[in-house]
Amino acid sequence: MKAPDFDYLRPASLAAAVAMLVEYDGEAMPLAGGQSLMPMMNFRMAAPEALIDLVNLSELRGIWVESDTIRIGAMTSYADLKGDAAVQKHIPLFSLALPHIAHDAIRNRGTIGGSLALADPAAEMPALMLALNANIEVEGPDGARMLSADDFFLGMFETALDGELIKAIHIPVAKSEQRFGFHELTQRHGDYALAGVAIVQTSNTYRAAFFGVADRATRVPKLEAALEQNEDITSVLAHLNSVDFTDDIKANHTTRQRLAGVALKRALKGMTT
Amino acid sequence: MTGPAHIFDKPNRYIGKPEPRADAARLLQGRGTYVDDQKLPRMVHAAFVRSPHAHATILSINAEEARAATGVVAVYSGEDLAKHVTPYVGTLTHLAGLRSMPQHPLAVGVARWQGEPVVMIVATSRALAEDACELVYVDYAELPAAVDSETALDTGAPIIHSELGSNLAWERDVVVGDIDAAFAAPDVHVVERQFRFGRHTGVTLETRGTVCDYDPSEDQLTVYYSGQAPHMMQVIFSKHLDLPEENIRVISNDVGGSFGIKIHTYGDEIATAAAAKLLKRPVKFIADRFESFLTDIHARDHIVRAKMGVTEAGKIVGIDFDDLTGIGPFSMYPRTSAIECNQVLNLTGAPYVMENYRAKGRVVFQNKTLMCQYRAVGHPIAMAIADGLLEDAARKIGMDPVALREINLMADDSYPRTSATGMKLDDLSHKRALRKLTDLMNYDGLRARQTLARKKGIYRGIGFVSMVEVTNPSPMFYGIGGAPIASQDGATVRLDAGGALHVSSSITEQGQGTNAILAQIAAGVFGVDLNRVKVTTGDTATTPYGGGTWASRGAGIGGEAMLQAAQALKDQVLEVAGVMLQTGVETLDIQSGAVTDIDGSVRLTLADLARTVYYRGNELPNDLNPELIATRHYRVTDFPFVFTNGAMAAHVEVDIETGFVKVLHFWAVEDCGRVINPLLVDEQIRGGVVQGIGGALYEECHYSPDGQFLNATMADYMVPMASEMPEITIAHIETPTKTSILGAKGAGEAGTGGAPAAILNAVNDALSPLGASIWQMPMTPERILASLNQADCN
Ligand SMILES: Cc1cc2nc3c(=O)[nH]c(=O)nc-3n(C[C@H](O)[C@H](O)[C@H](O)COP(=O)(O)OP(=O)(O)OC[C@H]3O[C@@H](n4cnc5c(N)ncnc54)[C@H](O)[C@@H]3O)c2cc1C
Repeated sequence: MKAPDFDYLRPASLAAAVAMLVEYDGEAMPLAGGQSLMPMMNFRMAAPEALIDLVNLSELRGIWVESDTIRIGAMTSYADLKGDAAVQKHIPLFSLALPHIAHDAIRNRGTIGGSLALADPAAEMPALMLALNANIEVEGPDGARMLSADDFFLGMFETALDGELIKAIHIPVAKSEQRFGFHELTQRHGDYALAGVAIVQTSNTYRAAFFGVADRATRVPKLEAALEQNEDITSVLAHLNSVDFTDDIKANHTTRQRLAGVALKRALKGMTT
Repeated sequence: MTGPAHIFDKPNRYIGKPEPRADAARLLQGRGTYVDDQKLPRMVHAAFVRSPHAHATILSINAEEARAATGVVAVYSGEDLAKHVTPYVGTLTHLAGLRSMPQHPLAVGVARWQGEPVVMIVATSRALAEDACELVYVDYAELPAAVDSETALDTGAPIIHSELGSNLAWERDVVVGDIDAAFAAPDVHVVERQFRFGRHTGVTLETRGTVCDYDPSEDQLTVYYSGQAPHMMQVIFSKHLDLPEENIRVISNDVGGSFGIKIHTYGDEIATAAAAKLLKRPVKFIADRFESFLTDIHARDHIVRAKMGVTEAGKIVGIDFDDLTGIGPFSMYPRTSAIECNQVLNLTGAPYVMENYRAKGRVVFQNKTLMCQYRAVGHPIAMAIADGLLEDAARKIGMDPVALREINLMADDSYPRTSATGMKLDDLSHKRALRKLTDLMNYDGLRARQTLARKKGIYRGIGFVSMVEVTNPSPMFYGIGGAPIASQDGATVRLDAGGALHVSSSITEQGQGTNAILAQIAAGVFGVDLNRVKVTTGDTATTPYGGGTWASRGAGIGGEAMLQAAQALKDQVLEVAGVMLQTGVETLDIQSGAVTDIDGSVRLTLADLARTVYYRGNELPNDLNPELIATRHYRVTDFPFVFTNGAMAAHVEVDIETGFVKVLHFWAVEDCGRVINPLLVDEQIRGGVVQGIGGALYEECHYSPDGQFLNATMADYMVPMASEMPEITIAHIETPTKTSILGAKGAGEAGTGGAPAAILNAVNDALSPLGASIWQMPMTPERILASLNQADCN
């Protein structure tokens, strides 16, 4: 469980980081909090030629309120998000979800950008992005672009990033007509969810993103429509049949579907007011 | 010997007191010395290429690139090391019929479990050794694997050792009375269940590891070893590496948990010693977490079909069961892998009066990691069978489970006696323990609240276990069968010139506070302040000869040796003091570091006495030859083991929508005889309960049908964590064992042995209004949901 040899680089600017990515021609990986990447390297599941440590890129760290959106630097840690007054005020869903992400020690180092770039299907942040209709600002050798969360997550550990770095995340500020719900089911506090859901209700429309259930954070449009139509819960839950639920040693697809339904019911019951 | 003895008739400053352990500050400040902290000049590092297959012929090994890789010092195959290490076989003569085959440190010819070491790389760093491992090309021809214990004995199943003709390692039948007739009697209700106990493992905080240093000038091997039995390892290294026993020194400094994991012969550790001898330089091997999961012994792995018969009035007439235990491809050396099953055969139902008993045990080989003795060997299985069936029977005849136990538990005044299986029992207190438990938990109140909660759709359950624990084993456990495992232990107590005690013992410290209780006993019995006792354990060169710490024997056996040594030294010192003070020994005592009159007034400090003896012997009469050192050894006689007992209860809530179980509270009443340090005993019980909850609810080694270990990381293997653990309330009954003066029995394994049964019973109590029940551990959400679905279908 020792990582293979690698170069270690610590660029001073985003531009320099992008240049290094190009220089290594796909063989370098950015390093954020290292809470996923370091174990992967020690397991020898990842063997980058170089690590490009983003730690000194102050432009990637911070929380800025910009009229109707909040802009969060990719290198902002979960702990910083959890303790930030603007986040608490404007993104209530974060306050509901952050305590469920791992434990203090990991939240101190793990970053929002790292979580999104990793795209772990059981992670909370990707689902939050979907539910919040967030935009992800990325920068690469061909310049900057903005991707909607709906277009960002392509599969298990797979994103739309194309040799690019995540720079920041743009999240709409909560509006008075919005309510938020979150529920996740884990046997032990801080574990990845067996099933979970994040919900944003705007007037009578819903964005509900499930995590821990399929190969990626997943919205089920028909289920959202059923919620909007105020259908009874049984027919709402029937729309989960369309999800390709994961089978693994912790739970088979039947259990996962059942747990996803329970998470949804409980999240709906606990919506913010 | 019989007690209580005179030392406990007067107030004692230390034995029985909640003294904080002296080494806590050192360990918490990061000043411990674990194996990985050992850094020697010219030390090199080992890593292993391990079999990726559960069962495969090794056709060829190409290690040329690895040999040439940066930093690589040596590369060894199984054949290479077989020239220097004689093979070992995990059988013992008292387990009649037990079969296994010779094992080599690295696989020779055939690999028999995924993770078995195949090639050893020694390099200047562990990272470089791992790099080189990737350059070794092993050509395997995969063989069909026998993974599932249930089919391992079928005709046509892949045979792991063709020489043995089948995968049966051992079997034993126990028959007492006439169980068929007892079950057939009118008025008898029989409950029958199939239990499944998954595999789990020890997950020690400090992983296994060793630093082996060979000095050719003296033909001396020094082994730094994270483990529990230094003298046993000394014999094993000597025997298999062809070195004189006395030329091997095994040192266990701090050990970060062991739980029975680190008391066996592991190929990678033996290979490390062999490499040190061949290279004539120190070699370090520290298992990483992957290697721990794949190669540390696993535990349990039982499938049990069991029946209990109970009369309408609630009298247990007998138990009948069949246990199938999967042990991996070999019986572990030198303790064997048959003890787990044997304990189940011996201990099931041991708290209860019962005339009929029939048990069959079969131990089978499989292509999985080896299974062997882990904390509370066999106990959780035995307790879950008997107490699981007991509560099932209670539901069937409509009787409260406590009332049913009251009818059947052995009476506290009925000892000495034997259990149905012939185990000799004495000094037990089942009924008092159960009563104390029901008081402690306010049983009636809890039941009333449970009924209220059910009305609100909240499913809570209360479950119990009455249990025994095997502790303080005599030579009948291992030594009788030919194992190089001492059943006696020794202690030495030395008075130094400054008036302090230096004590040493052959029992070992692996984090549980062994050294602390040794100091308390020495200080208390001899009569110095606790901070004036220095303890040495874990070094074959400097401690008396003995067995180490396992089977909950440290306090009971090593503690008694320390008591007797401290008493012997006290007698010697008083004799000298009597001469120096010109007074009769019977008028003197030792208190707080001074020789005193019986009333406590100081006559002479120990420092003054010792300095006179050591520096100015001329002041003493010529015929007085004081030795200010004493050694005593102790073993248990008359009994094969000293049993302890306890009663435990769990209160759980089952979320019937998700299948999640929350343990709301756990209570344990334990009778471990004399409590030497209540803080340490409570933490042993608490830690044991947590490990028991782990086995009941969380921990499982998952395998694919072809024998791939599926969850060998801490992210996927679920250990119990603090946030999910309940309040654990502990109380004691002290029935000292008559086998020693100290009267201490063991306490280290009770929680692990008892908790799973209590949790199982509590979950089934919670599920019972829904007509569901579960008999498989761990009780995962999915399995609980399945049992609820099953009940819905019925
Ligand atoms: C014990 C434990 C429990 C955990 N539990 C949870 C949990 O419950 N829920 C959860 O969501 N997570 C959990 N995690 C994972 C944790 O949240 C990780 O920190 C997170 O997934 C990755 O963030 P990081 O900053 O550590 O990224 P790193 O590990 O540094 O990087 C992760 C990946 O993202 C890439 N990357 C990082 N930053 C960028 C960027 N700006 N642009 C492009 N690519 C980038 C890296 O190259 C790497 O491929 C747990 C981790 C541990 C160790």
